[in-house]
Amino acid sequence: MATNMKAVKQRIKSVQSTMQITKAMELVASSKLRKAKDRADTCRPYFHSLYETLEKISMENTDNASKYVSGIDNKKICYCMIAGDRGLAGGYNSNVFKRLEKASAGKEFAVLPIGKKAVEYCRKKGIEIVSEKYAEVADIGVGDCFTIANSLCRMYRDGEFGHVELCYTNFVTMLTQQTSVFPILPLRELADPDKERPVVKELMIYEPDSITVFDAIVPEYMAGFIYGAVCESIASELASRRNAMDAASKNAGEMIGKLNLYYNRARQANITQEITEIIAGSEGV
Amino acid sequence: MNTFLLKIATPDGMLFEGNVQRVVCRTITGDLAVMARHANMCTALGMGGAHVVLEDGSVKNATCIGGMLSVLNGECSLFATTWEWDEDIDFERAELAKKEAEEMLKNKSLSEQEYVVARAKLKRALVRLSARR
Repeated sequence: MATNMKAVKQRIKSVQSTMQITKAMELVASSKLRKAKDRADTCRPYFHSLYETLEKISMENTDNASKYVSGIDNKKICYCMIAGDRGLAGGYNSNVFKRLEKASAGKEFAVLPIGKKAVEYCRKKGIEIVSEKYAEVADIGVGDCFTIANSLCRMYRDGEFGHVELCYTNFVTMLTQQTSVFPILPLRELADPDKERPVVKELMIYEPDSITVFDAIVPEYMAGFIYGAVCESIASELASRRNAMDAASKNAGEMIGKLNLYYNRARQANITQEITEIIAGSEGV
Repeated sequence: MNTFLLKIATPDGMLFEGNVQRVVCRTITGDLAVMARHANMCTALGMGGAHVVLEDGSVKNATCIGGMLSVLNGECSLFATTWEWDEDIDFERAELAKKEAEEMLKNKSLSEQEYVVARAKLKRALVRLSARR
């Protein structure tokens, strides 16, 4: 009994130290989350109205002169996948990977991973990696998004792939985050295929002409999308980590409660046994 | 005067949303003004001064760097990479950025990438400084 009690005591100690860690991680995540959420909130209106406007342009457009609009003859897809830098965030990373697997099933594709976990995943699975320069999602700012967008556009023009899609996590609320995949290039594919397209299209003026306009705005809007997705993903990662750590702390608390109960019972049983032994001994005298 | 809905958005948030009489900004081909009932249009923005004439006729000046402008069904959306109202521009910082960029450009051994970055930096600083009227 005594050895058992010692083991239980040790177990309680180890669970307690784990709980300390999970609590600390939860606090760190929630303080970072506040900042990340503010960033995602300020960026969201830009992100959404940019998407809406481009969707409308893509539906109304009648001028297919630009490669960026009509697409090029290449079935290969480049997924720009945004995951986290660290694990211990519940299902955050694996949800993004699952989503990518679902979207890319049976297709020819390469991935531009953003975030350490995304890079690790692609290496492990042997997926073609476009660039490993953006392994740290936490450091990515607007400037980096422009570099990413420009290099993607260059590769698209060179015919390395014919489609670009964005795979990231949408921050819905503190408790729900949703993975999402949507095409950003060519522009023709941007609009939801289920949406009804207008039968009568209004003529759109491109100033000075569509090729010049799209050459200039495509890298811009791609950078905007990537930046928006990065903001959303970072907020989602932190929210997801906070929830996971919150659950872990709660579980640890429960476990400590159970172990304590067991420990006390064992202690009491020990005492009872000792008393019985003493009584039995005194009776013998 | 007729007015139309104008939205100005940047990655740093929605900066303006409301009815205006006119918006003027620098596009890649030169200055352009949009007034109410403009036909559907889409163009790319360059770097330069811009201003908005509000509903009451007052003018608000700004500096705009890069992005796109589109008019769709009477609504104008302006997505800029940077859009700064004149009163928000930090001229000291711009002055500093200008000096830094000039220093960088003096250095002859720049790589092509560095050269592009320095030139863009100088240009941004100059555009901001030109707003000090």
